[in-house]
Amino acid sequence: MKFKIGDVLELFGDVYTARDAAHKRFVETIAKGEALPIDLKDATIFYAGPCPPKPGEVIGPIGPTTSTRMDPYVEPLIQQGMTAMIGKGERQDYVAELCKKHNVVYLLGIGGAAALYAENIKSVENIAYDDLGTESVKKLRVEGLKVIVGIDTKGNVLHKEGKEKFKR
Amino acid sequence: MRVINTKELIPVVNDLVKKACIDLDDNLMNALKQSILLEESELGKEVLETLIENANSAREKQVACCQDTGIAVVYLEIGQEVSWEGANLTDMINEGVRQGYGEGYLRNSVVGDPILRENTKDNTPAVIHTNIVEGSEVKITVMPKGAGSENMGRASVLKPADGVEGVLNYVIETVENAGGKACPPLIVGVGLGGTMEKSTLLAKEALKRPIGDRNPISHIAALEEELLQRINDLGIGPIGIGGRVTALDVHIETFPCHIASLPIAVNLQCHANRHASKVI
Repeated sequence: MKFKIGDVLELFGDVYTARDAAHKRFVETIAKGEALPIDLKDATIFYAGPCPPKPGEVIGPIGPTTSTRMDPYVEPLIQQGMTAMIGKGERQDYVAELCKKHNVVYLLGIGGAAALYAENIKSVENIAYDDLGTESVKKLRVEGLKVIVGIDTKGNVLHKEGKEKFKR
Repeated sequence: MRVINTKELIPVVNDLVKKACIDLDDNLMNALKQSILLEESELGKEVLETLIENANSAREKQVACCQDTGIAVVYLEIGQEVSWEGANLTDMINEGVRQGYGEGYLRNSVVGDPILRENTKDNTPAVIHTNIVEGSEVKITVMPKGAGSENMGRASVLKPADGVEGVLNYVIETVENAGGKACPPLIVGVGLGGTMEKSTLLAKEALKRPIGDRNPISHIAALEEELLQRINDLGIGPIGIGGRVTALDVHIETFPCHIASLPIAVNLQCHANRHASKVI
């Protein structure tokens, strides 16, 4: 992928929401040799759990959660074909190594811009784990979702370079 | 003696939950606007502008400004002339929380057991702090606390010999370790003194103070200024991607402590600094 850290992108297409509890179930399913509820080939995972929608709305406010909690699950999901993750905050160093090795990107959502992000979501399909409430896996059709490249496919890390630049 | 029926708390808590999660107050909005002028990173400025636009949009649409509508922390400052009647007070507060999160279409983010982790599906129970004060009124404050910032807080008991340097380093290390994970620009609450649990309560109370206000004790106010400067020299910036504005303010609350100890707690608050109060 040609993107580099600090690039601001607008996303169009399908992304899947999954956070702590759904990731745990994913890796348990993989370990048992069973099929996942979603095809992760070329998939983008959005670490997010939305608010409930008001009547007539597609989705409630939604935004990225802290990504580093999902770090242990990155490698098994990449092995299933995942190519992009959307979240917030720094990650363990090995995630940048994995991105470099497998041509994967980590995209930063703007934490706390949830009312605006809801406007970029055009449809929602419940896919799996409805019992988890907000943590269930949902397929979102996004149009113009603004993200910043946080780790690129060369393994560069925006948080590190950005902080170094402005440190005094 | 003034008698209040505990049931009166239900609509008050209900309204405060919704108000806090939907309407970021003018004090915070002004601080965010001011921070754009200080920010040196172009990307950082863009993030801050997006946050302001988001807050305005949330207010206009009457939806939560952030999807993490938190666990509800509820403070009751109860005048000592007040006597309660009616049903269990804790139950009435939780009923208000239940109604507020439901009516406001706010996210249910509470699990009932920390190990089994099943969602309670109505965001109860609240974490309730009560304090007896003078007078015959009750001040209710609802502070929904998101986990992004709460997870990065720390508490410890330093040695008296660690002194001011020990305190400064502890706070700065906490903010540096939190980085972008706590959703900066932050409000940094510090509790200093008391006992282990008292310092953590002070740290959270410190977050209720308006941005820009200083501790009335002059040497503590000076520490707040120094910490704010040094935190903003770290370069973490808005959402942690590099920049000048890492904290909007630092608030320290203090309490006397034992000759042998220097308890310290740091409670970080993300830029969605949500709290709402009402006096009845």
